[in-house]
Amino acid sequence: MTFSINGETFDSEPRAGQSLRTFIRDQQHFEVKKGCDTGDCGACSVLIDGTPVHSCVYPAFRAEGKDVTTASGLGMPGDLSDVQQRFVDHAAFQCGFCTAGMVVTASTFDDDDLAELPRLLKSNLCRCTGYRAIHEAIDHVHTDSCGVELEPSAAAPEPHTTPVIKTGPRASIGTSVAAPASERVVSGQEPFTLDVAVAGLLHLVVLSSPHAHARITAIDTRRACALPGVHAVLTHEHSPDTLFSTARHESRLDDPDDTLVLDSVVRYRGQRVAAVVADSVGIAEAAARLIEVDYEVLPAVFDPHLSTLEGAPSIHGDKNGTTSRIVDPQHNLVAELHGEYGDVATGFSEAAHTVTGTWQTQRVAHTHLETHATIGWLDDDDRLVLRTSSQVPFLVQTEICRLFDRDPSTVRVFTARVGGGFGGKQEILTEDIVSLAVLVTGRSVQYEFTREDEFTISPTRHPMEVEVTLGADEGGLLTAMKVELLSDTGAYGNHGPGTMYHSCSESVSLYTVPNKRVDARCVYTNNVPSGAFRGYGLGQVIFAIESALDDLARVVGIDPFELRRLNSVTPSDPLIVTHVEGDDLILGGYGLDQCIDLAEKALARGNSTVAPSGAEWRVGQGMASSMIATMPPRGHFSEVTVTADADGGYTVGVGTAEFGNGTTTVHTQLAASALSTSPTRIRVRQSDTDAARYDTGAFGSAGTVVAGKAVLAAAESLARELRQLASEHTQTAPDAWTLDDGTLVSGDRRLSVAELVGPEGLTATANEDGARRSIAFNVHAFRVAVNTLTGEVLVLQSIQTADAGFVLNPAQLRGQIEGGVAQAIGTALYEEIINDGEGTVLTTVLRNYHIPQLSDLPVTEVYFADTRDPLGPFGAKSMSEAPYNPVAPALANAITDAIGRRPMELPMSRDRIWRLLQD
Amino acid sequence: MDLNTVNRVVPARSRADLRELGKGAVPLAGGSVLFAEPDPQIHTLVDLQTFGWAPFEVTEKGLEVAATATLAELSRLPDDRGWRAYPLFSQCCTALFGSFKVWNVATVGGNICTALPAGPMTSLFSALDAEALIWKGDGSDLRVPVSELVTGNTTTSLDSGDVLRSLHVSTRSLGSRTAYRKIALSAIGRSGAVVIGRLDPVDGSFVLTVSAATVHPEQRRFAGLPTASELRAAIESIDSWFTDAHGAADWRRAVSVVLGEEIRLELTEASR
Repeated sequence: MTFSINGETFDSEPRAGQSLRTFIRDQQHFEVKKGCDTGDCGACSVLIDGTPVHSCVYPAFRAEGKDVTTASGLGMPGDLSDVQQRFVDHAAFQCGFCTAGMVVTASTFDDDDLAELPRLLKSNLCRCTGYRAIHEAIDHVHTDSCGVELEPSAAAPEPHTTPVIKTGPRASIGTSVAAPASERVVSGQEPFTLDVAVAGLLHLVVLSSPHAHARITAIDTRRACALPGVHAVLTHEHSPDTLFSTARHESRLDDPDDTLVLDSVVRYRGQRVAAVVADSVGIAEAAARLIEVDYEVLPAVFDPHLSTLEGAPSIHGDKNGTTSRIVDPQHNLVAELHGEYGDVATGFSEAAHTVTGTWQTQRVAHTHLETHATIGWLDDDDRLVLRTSSQVPFLVQTEICRLFDRDPSTVRVFTARVGGGFGGKQEILTEDIVSLAVLVTGRSVQYEFTREDEFTISPTRHPMEVEVTLGADEGGLLTAMKVELLSDTGAYGNHGPGTMYHSCSESVSLYTVPNKRVDARCVYTNNVPSGAFRGYGLGQVIFAIESALDDLARVVGIDPFELRRLNSVTPSDPLIVTHVEGDDLILGGYGLDQCIDLAEKALARGNSTVAPSGAEWRVGQGMASSMIATMPPRGHFSEVTVTADADGGYTVGVGTAEFGNGTTTVHTQLAASALSTSPTRIRVRQSDTDAARYDTGAFGSAGTVVAGKAVLAAAESLARELRQLASEHTQTAPDAWTLDDGTLVSGDRRLSVAELVGPEGLTATANEDGARRSIAFNVHAFRVAVNTLTGEVLVLQSIQTADAGFVLNPAQLRGQIEGGVAQAIGTALYEEIINDGEGTVLTTVLRNYHIPQLSDLPVTEVYFADTRDPLGPFGAKSMSEAPYNPVAPALANAITDAIGRRPMELPMSRDRIWRLLQD
Repeated sequence: MDLNTVNRVVPARSRADLRELGKGAVPLAGGSVLFAEPDPQIHTLVDLQTFGWAPFEVTEKGLEVAATATLAELSRLPDDRGWRAYPLFSQCCTALFGSFKVWNVATVGGNICTALPAGPMTSLFSALDAEALIWKGDGSDLRVPVSELVTGNTTTSLDSGDVLRSLHVSTRSLGSRTAYRKIALSAIGRSGAVVIGRLDPVDGSFVLTVSAATVHPEQRRFAGLPTASELRAAIESIDSWFTDAHGAADWRRAVSVVLGEEIRLELTEASR
């Protein structure tokens, strides 16, 4: 059939049941993305004869004779349409995976539509930004960080309350430089993981377990193998017998080795049983249906309270606890922490007031819009190459080498731009099976998760039950704190131990209490595995402790801000969980006091939003604090190169990945500053084991404070070497030379850097090891109205204050905070992976798992404390995970203030709030 | 998503073409549901859009809506007949979980036949006491009330091979004053309850239609506007509340009572 894409005519036949989305991509128009494949997210939006539709649910055959317009048809880099340019100007994307569909949709709006944006954009989901910037890009308004509209002339606002320091020639530092990929992202031209045409590509489809716990007694793949177009059917018989963990850390010993690529025992519903590699997804699916499997169904346990009891089935009873690093495999205990500082019994006996409660958090899906995916192949040198959607390409390389017994020089792992991660891609979920498939077939193989896979087999945020007991004297000074934690890591351990330890760390050490006790357990169940999620366990325990503190403030009769001032750690206090924390942590550039003051003032000041009238509406306000280390413990490494190129540009080779965190922008700014040049002269080659020396990875908020610091050091080193070169060249002193945008200047003399370095260029390197870590703070405050008849929670005012150190890029940092708040509001009010109690996930599509839409989010006022970190580049702290953590408890405290009942579990959905009011 | 087991599309141009329907051969309207749910049993799509049915026909008896009319078309229905129930059409379109882009393809008939409790076209045409014209697989015609067509969560009274041809709304229904309320677990999320009241213009009778909160539409009829307690008792007598990701059954029951009372007050005010 004949149809056109962006004016170019195509003559091609779709398959009978093909969707327009994949058909367009078959024509190598990769700007049409898959977020959900069910018509819910809008990432695949296109115009058909000018009418916007979701191409994933549009039958391809109906495009016959039609004109299809994608984001690239609206405008291309250098020649953007108005709406695309506004998305650039407003920094209205982070990962950018939703952006192409967003601009296509927005291109259809006229002025009358602007008032209806919440309705019109409800099927355009963005997981990163929190929508404020998108709304402003479409509506063409600029606001300051408090949401106050600025004069139209203020084209590039810099939302901040502390003065943004312009450092002379280092002008780009502290200013809102746009992401280098901006123009490509808004036109759909920036390639993500699967946006590449690979000749002869095979597709991998997994046959998954229908049972929550079973042993495969027989597996017959003959009929599947015989299907034309099938190249391999992989079962546990093909799997390496090396146990590993899907979780990835700098030290692989952090995570339990309990996983095989393909196992003869399945421990959760949906686990891989076999993998088919075929010419197409359709053939692979058909073959998977032909595989005959005999299972011996084993007893299963789904309740974390029951799984450690005598008589419960041992899920990993076949493991050696010592070598796999599992505390007690027979009793499903993965990790535990028991410790006491001081004497809590005495602390409670001295208390005039005691509060206690048990809080429960739910399973949350990261819902990065780009699903997990890998394409693997063998290159001309027979190296295994993996192009993957990962936050940790170097750690993937290391573990793939270990699993398949290969030398690192024979494995290359890289990422294109990654469509969101939030911790979900600090995990090997696709790379291992693709590697096996490539090595067995010798062919290029792609494995792409469906959105359903993301909900049913991809690890979720750990559900945790947290009991907190606090004791305080008459005035509210804490005398004792006791935390008891039960974390359900599901069928595999992966990030279970790490999140358990982290959950009880900065949440507990934020408060100076003479007596503390922590009892934490992380246990196996036959549920879908839990994994790393923004905040890495902290948020769950912060929800409980900050809620308990709010109860305490009520009992004592003291303002909750005041209670925090009274008990929070100060720079002169040690950081204590169950003992004094390591001396790698420093309370540098302490900004908690400012955060508390700024939030309190903003809340007292209020805003113009009034509660709905009617006796059923009750108004309340609440706040919560959070603390987080600026990077993970025990080392986070980055080795960076910066090269002065023969063409006058500079190339940064850095291992960390860009997945919406904005590190590419910040790295560009840092290099440009050190080299006194404009950001446009800087190229960043990243997240590729070939292009950079090493990076532990983009997790633990390390992109700025580790990789960024190394970039700055390497660029400064290069600047020194260039001055030295100039001095040798001219027999003058190095100090006589300054760099000025690709030129070395000394008085009247000017030398071109390009000529100086010659065709070979000049490279400088630098390392950062993360040996010393700092601390960042956030405070969130809410004023809410609650409808006592329906349980509806309306946010009237939302305030977040952040101790981010020096703000390198105000617009981007504001975006990170807004995005963290948005994701946290989703966790607090809406999101829940529901299962049937027997291991089957029921929320398998996006429409049944509600991530925030434009209409669900308030504009959050963002204020920065005026601090400088002694460790971070230019005094910056990390601020990626942090903004998420205080939101849920602040909201719970505001709701409690409004209705006089305390929500004890997340999400605080309308039906739960309503039920709270019934007894 | 791609429907990888589908190997054939039959463009239906006459009723005889519907004989293709049967096991694994299903009718295709807008596609926004079929292409969103993998079903490996399906091998053939029988395309109803090729019938080229006119989306609307207005006669002295009322409004005839083709099953293949899109929600976008329904939302643009001209307001030139003085129908008091007119606002209900766009109100119910906005109750669709999908945005205006989905309205561009999703059809009235597809929404009803999918039979999700939250199907807003089920809510709309039930509340208007519309009648569905079914083309039976055996070639006969059958007319059934829309409120009885949807029998449960994703179940209908249709047999395999049956096709929903059109919906008939009487002039009397179109002349009714209506009041509409929707609530979800989020501001404009998938409906947890859609409650619609309708006052008959001739005899003043009142019908309350509860949907989205119950597995199939529930209607309670009164000779005139009921008292608050009568209405509450009638709503509380419903026993088909259900729990899913869009709300717990007890909450759905409670908020339906709240919305029902708001509707009663609105219509009481309007009929003064």
